[in-house]
Amino acid sequence: MQLSILFPAVVNGILNGALYALVALGLTLVYGVLHIINFAHGALLTAALFAAFYLHRIFGLDPYIALLVLTPAFFLVGYALQRVVIGPLSHGDDSNILLVTLGLAVIIENGLLFAFRGDTRTVDLPYSFAVVPFAGMFISVPRLVGFGGAVAVAALLWLLLTLTDTGKAIRAVAKEKLGAQLSGIDVPHIYALTFGLGAACVAVAACLLIPTYYVNPHVGNAFVLVAFTTVVLGGMGSIPGALIGGLFVGLIESLCGLYLGESLGQIGIFLMFILVLLFRPSGLLGARA
Amino acid sequence: MNRGGFLPIAVVLAALACVPLVVHSDVVLNFLVTALLLTLAGQGWNVLGGYGGQYSFGHAAFFGTGAYATAILQTRYGLNAWPAFALGIAAGAAMGAAIGALTFPSRLRGSYFALVTLAFAEVFRILASVAPVTGAGVGILIKLDPGIHALQFSSRAVSYWFILSLVAAALVVTRLIEGSRFGAWLVAVREGEAAAQALGVDPTRVKLAAMTVSAAFTAAAGCFYVQYFLFIDAPIAYGPWISVEALLASIIGGVGTVFGPLLGALMVKTLGEAAKLITGDAPGLDLMLYGLVLILVVGIAPRGVAGIGVRCREWLARRHIRTGGSTA
Amino acid sequence: MPNNSKRFTRRKFLRSTALTAMASATGVMSAPSVLRAQGGAVKIGFLQPVSGALAYSGQQGRLGTSIAVDEINAAGGIKDVGKIEAVLGDAQSTPEGGNAEVEKMNSAGVSAIVGGYGSSICLATSQTAARYDLPYLVDVGVTDAIVTRGLKNTFRFGPGFGVIAKTALANLVTINEAASKPAKTVMIVHEDSAFGSGLAKLLNEQLPLNGFQILETIPHPTPTRDFNNVVLKIKAADPDIVIPANYYNEYVLLARTMLQQQVRPKAAIYSILGGAASSYKFVKEFQQAAQFIMDCNHWFDPRNAKAQALKSKVEAQGQFFTYEVYLNYSCTLLLVDAIERAKSSDRAKIIEALSASTFAGHVMPYGPTKFVNGQNQGAGPTNTQVIGSDIQVILPEAFASAKAVYPMPRA
Repeated sequence: MQLSILFPAVVNGILNGALYALVALGLTLVYGVLHIINFAHGALLTAALFAAFYLHRIFGLDPYIALLVLTPAFFLVGYALQRVVIGPLSHGDDSNILLVTLGLAVIIENGLLFAFRGDTRTVDLPYSFAVVPFAGMFISVPRLVGFGGAVAVAALLWLLLTLTDTGKAIRAVAKEKLGAQLSGIDVPHIYALTFGLGAACVAVAACLLIPTYYVNPHVGNAFVLVAFTTVVLGGMGSIPGALIGGLFVGLIESLCGLYLGESLGQIGIFLMFILVLLFRPSGLLGARA
Repeated sequence: MNRGGFLPIAVVLAALACVPLVVHSDVVLNFLVTALLLTLAGQGWNVLGGYGGQYSFGHAAFFGTGAYATAILQTRYGLNAWPAFALGIAAGAAMGAAIGALTFPSRLRGSYFALVTLAFAEVFRILASVAPVTGAGVGILIKLDPGIHALQFSSRAVSYWFILSLVAAALVVTRLIEGSRFGAWLVAVREGEAAAQALGVDPTRVKLAAMTVSAAFTAAAGCFYVQYFLFIDAPIAYGPWISVEALLASIIGGVGTVFGPLLGALMVKTLGEAAKLITGDAPGLDLMLYGLVLILVVGIAPRGVAGIGVRCREWLARRHIRTGGSTA
Repeated sequence: MPNNSKRFTRRKFLRSTALTAMASATGVMSAPSVLRAQGGAVKIGFLQPVSGALAYSGQQGRLGTSIAVDEINAAGGIKDVGKIEAVLGDAQSTPEGGNAEVEKMNSAGVSAIVGGYGSSICLATSQTAARYDLPYLVDVGVTDAIVTRGLKNTFRFGPGFGVIAKTALANLVTINEAASKPAKTVMIVHEDSAFGSGLAKLLNEQLPLNGFQILETIPHPTPTRDFNNVVLKIKAADPDIVIPANYYNEYVLLARTMLQQQVRPKAAIYSILGGAASSYKFVKEFQQAAQFIMDCNHWFDPRNAKAQALKSKVEAQGQFFTYEVYLNYSCTLLLVDAIERAKSSDRAKIIEALSASTFAGHVMPYGPTKFVNGQNQGAGPTNTQVIGSDIQVILPEAFASAKAVYPMPRA
């Protein structure tokens, strides 16, 4: 393989990986604290993309600005979902949480289909095609912004978890729920807060993704498996892990796609996933089980 | 440990077997065939997930292996459908053993195990979508040749009885496991692996055996799918849809019970049809209703439909004690 | 003994639940026709994947059939037979979903079924319809296997990918040789399921026979999240022609990425069944990326007044005039003609009428229909090119609206 393709492929992989990291950040947080695999994550991403689309369509809001509106909005949505729907209905049972999030995913996805039909929509922004020439290739500016966004969100989350009282409460619940409860921490509130944060991350991901991607009721599904892979690879519950894991997954995907073709190349992500789980289940940066 | 015996199974099977004698609507028979197909796949999941406590998100790996094996043996090697079917089940079981052998010694559990099975299913899906032997993207079409020799039935009723016999076998095997020492070991591993090990049970071997049986059931469902629809391709064979539906049916119906997957499959499928009926032709509306009812069912019956039976029993037991039954 | 009675209770409960579930299922199943009855002399089933991954194509297909049904019924229905009662079904983008709908439609007493859209769906649904000798008109599904199974009930109005590949190749040769410096090197980018793989295989066999050199064939999954690497490979190989064959979303991503990376094949982007290449939606939303893109795809007959009227009607509704619309519209009219000639809603008579059909009242450039083994012989694709803000027909010359801009001008 020519070197001239290899280097740009690496850069592409990392930029894609940043998007995967963004999507995975919310997922890993929810897993780390609530210990649930959120089946509705992809549907939430889809919903956020629709929201970003319509904010642009109706109010002419640029997605990067819409970010400021959608992030708190989705935080509230996530909080409400966990507090009012998932928590109470699942009675704390893992398999029930699975089913409830599955049901939510079906409702959200088909609700969007029913409301907006199956058309594929895109947002045309003045900077959609903006590129930065670099070492013989053109790097998409929105993708660069996405990379920056992923790092920024990861950093913010990490700071939140490490420095703030709420963050400490979240970590306490993640580590030892009973103990946290006995210390007076309101566990259902923390759960809902975490889910809300997860949804907020998804909203950020959507706003950063939309300039170079498209929107339709099924679009989130394409990112779910990759997000799961990233979460496990980086270590469930680890924020830096999700970031690095995402970049790594993007890189593997790109290189495998280059050498094995785009179809077969997808196998690289999952093979790596399997290998990591077999030999280092806690992931790259996860806590030793 | 339930020691219900085989009478309930016999009764249920007898009732189900009588259905085509009473119901002649092909719509209903087709519906029941697909529900039983789901039951079979779910029963497989249930052995590993319900009884063994190992939740798998990748049962598609066995469904697809059974399906493709049956299809390839018939179309590429001209093998008769019946031995192809049997070999398909064997292939699926072997796949189960293989994946189990790779994952159980690593002590993967809970969500990690679930996700690794998902990864395996995806690996096979991708391979199947590019490999010439599986027809790559085009898939495999089995020649239409109605007749018992080709395991293709012109009568929906006969298809129904065929899948019912497979489900019957699965129910019987599940009950046998339930009442056997192996079943006890399996439940012990589910309830506490370390404790089980301390008692002398080898968790890896037990889980491996359970996985093999589990894979065989789901593979049989895959083989049947191919014989019924005569077409298979990568997303149908190894796609997440069957993994999700199998676990959905089992959890809704009640994990770790013999009839759980059957009840769950019937409920889930009926719900799908009812939703379509109620909401009419608007795209997506029926599925929204479906999702909503699903969530509500989980909220109301957290241990599944069969779990309602268990809760009734417990309630009766409490009443019995309160009214001063056997011992104080 | 207490134990026995409890066991009996639970056993009884389980048994009764199962039977109740089945009874309710039975009741639910026999209800459909009652709830849907609107009163009409002929019931026709219209099956489309209006939910799931193929939702957009399904809803466009439904648009085409519903306009046709409304037109026929407004004119008093089918002559000597009566008005059409449409029985709609959602295939949910899966063969099992489609299958279940066919059973329901059969039970509801439809005289024929139109639709399916996806090849794997059509394979299952036409087969099930065959059990009841129910006439089945495939609207799009291009896999050749659909019409080579010897099913008497299955008819396909549009072309299969064998014909499409052959025509596309012949047209490419024509266009190429008309240019001053003919192109030689080709790269194929195709989606990896039935139609893309099937097409790529045929192209790999036939392109070299026509003097073309295939540099690389790149399959990709649906969905694909990013085409940067594919575009990198195109850039490195620098082919004269790029041949994409994929669905709408991926086509758009590919075209946009090529624009962004400033990758332009020397001669043309020559799509075959390109998902967006001859889509008004694509041209409207991405005019720049769409410029000079060619497609060999389903296309309506622009000389046909009915086609233009249909186009206006669809666009007045704020929808795009896509191939699903006019193919389904045509199929419905074809079926109506057959029912009219059969003078009956009897299934066997309709199959006979379809087999002998020489219908020319459709909006496609196929000429009068002629079915051999269920395949309409005159069906074939049309070559188009995006020039300016509109899609022009390049070949066949009989109704071409512009000459091909080939090779593409340098950026």
